Amino acid sequence: MTGPLLSVRALRVEFATRKGPLTALDGVSFDIGRGEVLGVVGESGAGKSLTGLAIIGLLDPPGRIAGGEIRLEGERIDNLPPARMRDIRGGRIGVIFQDPLTSLNPLMRIGDQLAETIQAHKAIGRRQAREQALAWLREVGIPSPEKRIDGYPHEFSGGMRQRVVIALALCAEPKLVIADEPTTALDVSVQAQIIALIKNLTRRHRAAVMLITHDMGVIAETADRVAVMYAGRIAEIGEVRELIRDPLHPYTQGLMAAIPTLDIRADRLAQIPGAMPRLSAIPRGCAFAPRCPQVFERCAERPPLIAVGDRGAACWLHESAPAAADARN
Amino acid sequence: MSEIAAPRTSASEPDRTLIQRLRDNDLFASFLASKVTVAAGIVTLVLFLAALFAPWVAPTDPFNPATNYLSDSLDPPSFVAGGDPRFLLGTDDQGRDMLSAILYGLRVSLAIGFLSVALGAAIGVSLGLIAGYSGGWIDSAIMRIADVQLTFPAILTALLLDGVAHALLKPTSRDESAFAVLVLAIGLSFWVQYARTVRASTMVEKSRDYVLAARLIGLSHARILFTHILPNVMGPVMVIATINLALAIITEATLSFLGVGLPPTEPSLGTLIRIGQNYLFSGEWWIVAFPSLTLAALVLAVNLLGDWLRDALNPRLR
Amino acid sequence: MKSADAIVEVRGLSRTFDVSAPWVSRLINREPRRTLTAVDALDFAIYRGETFGLVGESGSGKSTLARMVVGLIEPSRGRVIIDGVNLAETRDRAARRAVRRRMQMIFQDPFASLNPRWRAGRIIAEPIRAFGAQDPGASGRGKRAVVARVEELLGLVGLDPADARKFPHEFSGGQRQRIAIARAIAAHPDFIVCDEPTSALDVSIQAQILNLMRDLQQRLGLTYLLITHNLAVVRFMATRVGVMYLGRLIEIGETDALFARPRHPYTRMLLDAVPDLTMSGRPRIAIGGEPPNPIDPPPGCPFHPRCPQAIAICKSERPLFRDNVACHLAAADGSRT
Repeated sequence: MTGPLLSVRALRVEFATRKGPLTALDGVSFDIGRGEVLGVVGESGAGKSLTGLAIIGLLDPPGRIAGGEIRLEGERIDNLPPARMRDIRGGRIGVIFQDPLTSLNPLMRIGDQLAETIQAHKAIGRRQAREQALAWLREVGIPSPEKRIDGYPHEFSGGMRQRVVIALALCAEPKLVIADEPTTALDVSVQAQIIALIKNLTRRHRAAVMLITHDMGVIAETADRVAVMYAGRIAEIGEVRELIRDPLHPYTQGLMAAIPTLDIRADRLAQIPGAMPRLSAIPRGCAFAPRCPQVFERCAERPPLIAVGDRGAACWLHESAPAAADARN
Repeated sequence: MSEIAAPRTSASEPDRTLIQRLRDNDLFASFLASKVTVAAGIVTLVLFLAALFAPWVAPTDPFNPATNYLSDSLDPPSFVAGGDPRFLLGTDDQGRDMLSAILYGLRVSLAIGFLSVALGAAIGVSLGLIAGYSGGWIDSAIMRIADVQLTFPAILTALLLDGVAHALLKPTSRDESAFAVLVLAIGLSFWVQYARTVRASTMVEKSRDYVLAARLIGLSHARILFTHILPNVMGPVMVIATINLALAIITEATLSFLGVGLPPTEPSLGTLIRIGQNYLFSGEWWIVAFPSLTLAALVLAVNLLGDWLRDALNPRLR
Repeated sequence: MKSADAIVEVRGLSRTFDVSAPWVSRLINREPRRTLTAVDALDFAIYRGETFGLVGESGSGKSTLARMVVGLIEPSRGRVIIDGVNLAETRDRAARRAVRRRMQMIFQDPFASLNPRWRAGRIIAEPIRAFGAQDPGASGRGKRAVVARVEELLGLVGLDPADARKFPHEFSGGQRQRIAIARAIAAHPDFIVCDEPTSALDVSIQAQILNLMRDLQQRLGLTYLLITHNLAVVRFMATRVGVMYLGRLIEIGETDALFARPRHPYTRMLLDAVPDLTMSGRPRIAIGGEPPNPIDPPPGCPFHPRCPQAIAICKSERPLFRDNVACHLAAADGSRT
């Protein structure tokens, strides 16, 4: 079956407040192909976590999907009843959250949690589920898994817990894994291990990954394509190497320039003036215009995602770029 | 120079009027959202104002012996057959107008309620702050005393303190000091709740960075406790105080009902109920009914307000 | 650099915590007392005008060290000397006050380091009032002088003087950190300890704050002790770097030299672990294992379970800190890179 694994079109998420609806995501569109790693990067408040939550149906009221559609392997999942969504979660979409402490039930042994998840999505018996759980623990690199399978989460270190969470996310063999800041709470030396683990395992089990993070370095190492989000919209999307080497959107340019690097000792970090606008104060037209060093009159109108080769940038500076293939592929 | 001063990242908002600020305020909005709470608020306000302005609102002064005529005693309410139009809610055995007596009684009840809550809060919050901040044996000592006191029902504690005070005082001054003794007894029996909550909050706050920043400057512990930590632990205290107010009023009413509270010369609602109870079975129902209804309305309204405040201030429900 | 230029000297500094179970449980379970050595015999100096970067992961003891340097925690052993004065041993109140005034701290969490019930102006004014640091040249009355100084500070950190009236929750994370910086420089300190000052901030805001900190350092002649786990930030900000592992200092050096030629295997691997933004395809050796539990450190060199180059002696003998590195291998081949 051709076509992307996940297709998001014009997604709008709103929060109902006393003063009227607040638009948190405004027309987000992207695809994830089978087996590909899409990085979703942005600063806090950009809406990247919200996008992930919307896809797996975990938006808490007063938030709700107010427009657009989300399709998994061609069928719509944004308007499903909660019971159907529960089947999809875990079974077809796996999730890795940021904090391994709260992702695991502190009162359940990890072996039982794994087995429970496996049995929820596959029709196999308890003994078989437990064997599979053991195999998964081995695969994510837990030493002496036979001894540790009956341990409780608090008996594991942070990195080990995150490995268990990865196992939980993958054990039902989902086609897509959404990882929301999977390494942010971990030490630097452990981060590298976990990133490598996610990369290898998803490749081995042929799962696509939506990797949500604020860390551009992690994206550079792990992602095939990357979408840069700003104020609830996608600012730029494209293949990761090209985007990092030659960012199209002024926000991406500013972001890359602001990141301190290991190699050279700069005199000054390039900085973007101001801050990302609050949801209640997003300007009309291009959301980045007030901070953009290249702003001009056209920016008073909100730019769509303009195709530039097979990349996309929501910036009028690229208005006359040759629109070849669909920017979202 | 312009490099250091980044472009102004905050625009000054125009000052909003009080009405606008009230409308935007989340707390106020949640108050208006619930009809029950608004009703409770109105009832409390009305009773409070009536009590406050009793000397001007009450048709008569029920404690002035010169204006009470025994011939008027035991008159039924004016809307019932045989009633005297001068006395809306009837009279008691002394010829006192019930409405006035209730208003004055309300005044006393509320006064004792507020004062004892203030006393209990003052003691409890201070001890809680000290216990939470000091840790070690001071904390243990205070908490053990609190534990011991908690094993006794508050009424019993108040009764005990009341009895001790009366035993110590000469019989002649017993009546005059009844007010102060009651405030003391009820206040001292309710400090534990405050202490525990404040202690827990203090222990959380004292390790937060802003307290460390204050310690870095070399400020004294007392200064840090009362200027930095206290404002941040007061939230739950307000909720406890509101619910406690209802409890204090009931406790006072109970004590007065039992005869160890306020005397009939300066009755609270509880005392009035006690007096009225004697006449209940001889048919003069109004002497017990109206004070009871007032007491029930007051306590219910204050409790409902306390419930609203607790839910409104709960960060998880927001 | 002469010792005379050192504004901070740390000699043999250690701190242990008693983490034993309550004595009743110990009695029942027959457990011994347990101690956690958070900081173990640290020796280093910070020179006037420099930025000393201290790098380490969780469990390295860097936060405990920071708090000992500013006097929030007392050392178990050893001394901290600020410009010739040992805060822990000085009883004279005036001398203590003088020392406290020279140093300040900027904390990691901009949400927690400001009292949520105080307005920004009052927060910044507190050290001014405590140390009497308002500009004496300003208009007569104390209160106005304080207000003037607060406004001056707000301008210095890039905020509006009208912001003094606002409460912390009305500001963004980056703005709160600016307020924290304004408070830190309010009483004219010489030395500021910065404990992960930008770890909670977005990348673009981090750039603003780091630039601000460097500019202020130049303008006001400040010395920084910068504590962080982010090596790129250290690269940008620090002139000298110390690397901590499990409470011990394992390497010190000038920034450029240390980054170009790291001598300790842990330093090397830490640098390798940082994701490569330039995607140069440099070969990476992943660090195995995890930072060990500080309550039960391994014998010998604390890093040996994870070190790919560990030799026999590493398992039994703790390497001494010599020639700016604590590693048997570096000492063994005597290389002077």
